Parts: sequence; C-alpha cells; structure tokens
Amino acid sequence: MTTQQRVRLTVNGVSHEASVDPRTTLADFLRGELALTGTHVGCEHGVCGACTVLLEGRAVRACLMLAVQADGANLMTVEGLEDHGNLHPIQEAFVEEHGLQCGFCTPGFLMTVHELLRKSPDPSDAEIRDALGGQICRCTGYLAILRSVRLAAAKLRDSHVAGSTQHS
Amino acid sequence: MKPARFEYAAPDTLREAVSLLQQHADEDVKILAGGQSLVPLLNMRMARPDLLVDLNRIEELQYIREEGDWLAIGAMTRKRAVEESELVRRRQPVLLAATQLVAHPQIRNRGTVGGSMAHADPAAEYPALALALDAELRALGPGGERTIAAQDFFQSYLTTALEPVEVLTEVRVPVLAAGTGWSFVEVARRHGDFALGGAAATLRLDPGGNVSEARVVLFAVGPTPIRITQVEEMLTGERPAEALFQEAGRRASQEIEEPLSDVHATAEYRRNLAGVLTGRALREAVERAGAERGGER
Repeated sequence: MTTQQRVRLTVNGVSHEASVDPRTTLADFLRGELALTGTHVGCEHGVCGACTVLLEGRAVRACLMLAVQADGANLMTVEGLEDHGNLHPIQEAFVEEHGLQCGFCTPGFLMTVHELLRKSPDPSDAEIRDALGGQICRCTGYLAILRSVRLAAAKLRDSHVAGSTQHS
Repeated sequence: MKPARFEYAAPDTLREAVSLLQQHADEDVKILAGGQSLVPLLNMRMARPDLLVDLNRIEELQYIREEGDWLAIGAMTRKRAVEESELVRRRQPVLLAATQLVAHPQIRNRGTVGGSMAHADPAAEYPALALALDAELRALGPGGERTIAAQDFFQSYLTTALEPVEVLTEVRVPVLAAGTGWSFVEVARRHGDFALGGAAATLRLDPGGNVSEARVVLFAVGPTPIRITQVEEMLTGERPAEALFQEAGRRASQEIEEPLSDVHATAEYRRNLAGVLTGRALREAVERAGAERGGER
C-alpha cells in the first residue's frame, strides 16, 4: 500500500495543501482535488497537449507529471488567465480570430502561447508554428489559431506600451 | 488512465539516490528523470515498478559546464536549458540542432539529457548524437563512478550498459573542432514526432579539399543508433561530389539490417529513407566544412 504524501503548491496565486497518492498525475490532481477543470485531459501520454499548464512559467504536460513532483511549485492553469472577470488578451485574441471551435484543446493552446509570448513578444510565424506543434486541434485547421496568436502578440505589445494592466 | 501503485522517493542528493537503488536492488525500481517517456509508460501500465526514484530534486545534476574541449552536462539538465545555452550554441552546434528536433518545446521543458540517453529509444536523437560525437556517459553506483563510451553504452532496444544500481550522472560531449562540417537530419511524419529515419554526419576536409575524416550515424533504423563504418571508409580520401553522396546513400541503405515495418512506414520505405538521409547529411556537412575553410571550395 502506497503511503500518501503531503504536497504544498501555489496555483494561480492561491496556496493549496493536500495529501496525494504518488501515482496521481498533476492533471488529475488539478481537476479532481482542486476542481480546476479548465485543464483538459486528452491523450494522457503527452501527445495532444490539452493538459498543458505553466510550471514556473514554463509550458509542461500536466499528464506527464505526478502531483507529488509539484510540491513547492508555482503553477498557472487556464483559470489563472482572466483578471477580475476580464479575459486575458490571449483569450480575447482567440475569441476575435475564432481560434477555437469546440474548445477542448484551447486551454493547452492558451498556456503554450502564454509562455511563447513572454519569451518572444513578436514571434515569427515559424516560431509560432514551432511552439504550437506540440498542441493538437481537431476543429480549426490551425490557421485561425495562428492568426489568434499574431493578434495576441500585438495586443500584449500594445498593452505593454500603454503601460496598462500587468498581465503576468 | 492511472498508473499502477508504486512507492515514491525523491532524494535530494545523488548519494541518497544510489543508496535507495542499492537498498531496493531486488525490486523493480525505475528512475524518474524528466518523465516524458516513463510517465506515458506508467499511465498505460506498460511499466509497473514497485518503486520510483525521482531525481528531479537533485540540484547537483543540473548544469552545463565547459571543461577544456568538453561540455559536461548534468544528467538532469532539461533539454530546454541545452537549447537556450549560449555555451552550447557557441561550442557544440550539433547538440543544439539535435535538441531542437526532440519533440516539442513543452516536452523539452521537462525532458532531460540523461533521461533520453538512459531510455535509449532507437528513434531518439540524443543516443545518435552521442555516438556521432563520441560522447562519454558517467554513472555512479555503489562501487563508485565509471565512464562509459557512447559506442559501448547503447546495447539494444531501450537497453544500455547501466547497471540497475547505477545512476547516469553526466553526459560529456566534445566541443566541435574547428574545421568540422556537420549535419543532423531526420524525417518524421510531423515535426516533433519520433523519426522514421535520421542521420548524423561529421566530416573534415584536408587542405586539398578531399575528405580526411568522416563519421556517419543512422538512427531509427535498428535497435540502436549505428555507425556506418563502410561509408565512412568509402568517403575518406575522396573528393566530395554529388555522385559520391549518392553512392554513400546507396551503401548505407544496404548496410543496415532489415528495418521495422509498421503503420507509419514500410521497411522498404525506411531503408530507402536511410540512404536519402545519408546523402542529405553528407551534402550539408561538406558544405559546412567548406564554409569553415573560408569558402575555398
């Protein structure tokens, strides 16, 4: 019988403490224990990218990490994007450019784009495609997503120029 | 999906990790590095270890250092750190090129240098890179440290020279010698997928413009990456030319054993691909070697 382990972690700025079975994946923990069901679970072996979350600002597969491994970590999930009921500029861009249809893959795309645009505020199409290569969408055919990312980059650059809301 | 039950330990030091392996030597123990290959196997219950020893808390295994003509890379260094390393970019461009072909950024954010070596997937880039560059792999066990040459390390499909009680601690890659042309190419169904075939080549030209030294390694065409020594010998002393590259490709595709046939590609396709990639890698390596010589060619 496996012993439960205590984990303490921060998700979207909120501290959590819980007891987990070591075999629980981070994706299942976020959804089942913390009720953060915005992180979607698709293939569960790292291929589809739906469960992508930010671990210390880096996009990672939540299905390929164990919850115990996130002890002490700072995470961000799709629920952490909005700011007091306002969509994040990346989310706005996906709405405006129709970067989603059914929405199942969208949380993973948003988190991946979040990391990309933080590191590369004005990415080339090749850079965008490289980052999105690890995310699968079965609805859009990707071109609308590519446009969404371009628009998101422009919005974030504008908001930084204007010095308005700080989007982490 | 949910992995079968296992015990879990995340030691803070390498010594503790080794002693855990020793204490549990009679059990099925798996070492967890980046988890990008092992966790899928756990999720699908293709691996059902009694104990997982997680190396992610061991900070002493995460570094990239220049040591003379070598880059010493801690086994738990993330691929993303390799990709972003100025030192790697400057001193070992083949390593950078190979890294950028590994899966996707989201996987490279977790996947480690040592993990790829120890997992030894025949379609993976790092084992081929290690063989092509004569990398060395350092391991620590109860009896102390030892260094294993890449050519002795990869033994078969997912099988290395590591003992069950040993931890891979460091991968040592020689820096690229001035004047060396190189190439690292692969074909996958989509960018980031496992390769259907891949080739790595390094090559040097003598002052007269003939090949003085060549190294050709193919991967994803057998149980381990393989050096195609017949092609290396054939190239040595020859003047690089299109006909030579084509002949090298033909030889390479004959030299490999019967490749895998599956839904992704037939054995015939893979054999042909091995030849095509050999030619491409040589063409590119010669171009780079020529450029290194100040565009004499």
